Amino acid sequence: MSEPSRIKLSRRKLITTGLAAAAGALGLGAAARIAQSYGLIPPDHGGIYGLGETLTYASQRLLTRHSLAREFLRSQISKPPFPNEIPPLNDAYKRLQAGGFADWRFSVNGMVAQPASFSLEQLKSFPSQSQITMLQCEEGWSYIAEWIGVPLSRILESVGIHPQARYVVYTSIDPDWWESIDMADAMHPQTFLAYGMNGGELPVGNGGPLRLRVPRQLGYKSVKFVTQLTVTDSLKKFGKGLGSASPEGGYAWYAGI
Amino acid sequence: MSDSACVPSSVTAVPVAKVAARHSALVRVTHWITTFCFLALLVSGVEIVISHPRFYWGETGNDLTPALFKLPIPASRNLVPTGYGYVLPDQNGWSRYLHFQAAWVVVFTGFLYLISGLLTKHFSKNLFPRGAEFSWREFSISIAKHLRFERPSDGEAWSYNLIQRLAYLLVIFVLFPLVIWTGLAMSPAFVSAFPATVNLLGGQQSARTLHFFVSCALLIFLLVHVVMVCVAGFKSRMRAMITGRADSPMERS
Repeated sequence: MSEPSRIKLSRRKLITTGLAAAAGALGLGAAARIAQSYGLIPPDHGGIYGLGETLTYASQRLLTRHSLAREFLRSQISKPPFPNEIPPLNDAYKRLQAGGFADWRFSVNGMVAQPASFSLEQLKSFPSQSQITMLQCEEGWSYIAEWIGVPLSRILESVGIHPQARYVVYTSIDPDWWESIDMADAMHPQTFLAYGMNGGELPVGNGGPLRLRVPRQLGYKSVKFVTQLTVTDSLKKFGKGLGSASPEGGYAWYAGI
Repeated sequence: MSDSACVPSSVTAVPVAKVAARHSALVRVTHWITTFCFLALLVSGVEIVISHPRFYWGETGNDLTPALFKLPIPASRNLVPTGYGYVLPDQNGWSRYLHFQAAWVVVFTGFLYLISGLLTKHFSKNLFPRGAEFSWREFSISIAKHLRFERPSDGEAWSYNLIQRLAYLLVIFVLFPLVIWTGLAMSPAFVSAFPATVNLLGGQQSARTLHFFVSCALLIFLLVHVVMVCVAGFKSRMRAMITGRADSPMERS
């Protein structure tokens, strides 16, 4: 009497558990596909920290797609501005520096209608804008400065980006120093190609002559001495496919936190 | 009827094997997940602080600005003026990955605990001080007992004393919400959407400093909690939180 009922119970349990597991797996799969199609999965989603990274990136992307980084009063600008330690500058940089950066070029290629290369003068011919925002380092320190430049979106509009573009990959004059951001950040009105700071030229210690400012992410996404930007639909073919040099060095690709 | 006649009479006198658990399964599981996450957050948090062991008040602070206070430890960055002649290895990459992953897990665990605690009336039954208990007299008696490191009575194996209740309530409803708030207030992307989270705290560096102090308070709670578990009886209290079984006065006599 008790024997068959136990079997029945376990069979029912097995079926419900199986169904629940299948539904769960399907649900997770569907969630992953939806997340992927809405661009909510970071390139460094693999590995043991993938769950936390994906939750952070997806939730912040949903909450902050259009939000503006806090801007400050002129009186809040940090004096003196803080130049963080920079790696030794290479010969290519020193050569351009000796020529007063007249030959500095910022080239844009990849999924664009007209690949282009801009001199600093050409970048300055776009209407200049400024923002007083905070640069915050992952180590914990911060400073506020006025950043002067041209919104990256203006440059991207001028070269005509393809509709399938999803990321921009940008590189310092030191080719080992490269980062990428998604289109939400690339087209964000505060993402600047900055060539000036606090009313003057952008000092070398702060990334001069040209730095990509991404004020809604930590400082390491604001690459100094930028020379090149590639518009792409996939980060797989860049470096180890983790999105940028940061995850290759053990740091998160998304640094909005 | 004939069946029951076979049962030895002594068995009926012994309490049934199935006793109510001291801590519900959900409390036990969320307790240990939280413990595990807190230790991960602590270790990774210490590593992150080592990269800049200086604290400030207001919006900004860096090596060129005066510090509110400095920790007397070496740093993992050579630009930080620590007074030590050496630099520790950089551990921030994995520390930051682990810190935020553990934060997500502990936040989900905390929500589960909060919702179930409200549904099962865990807070009102077990944590909020009972009316009669909540007096200065009871409070000073409880303090005195703690200062004498008095072992709790058998009856207390099944409940919490006043100070214990207040300490748990402080951790659950004040320190954990504060540590999450001050943590989020340091995120440049999060505060772009919700600037009040950082403005109310007086700035990004204030948020960082407060995050450090709240974490210290949580660490002090953890240390005192472990000492109290040892005073009350390490084995019995650990068994109660792992298996749910507690010493009942009946078993002891």
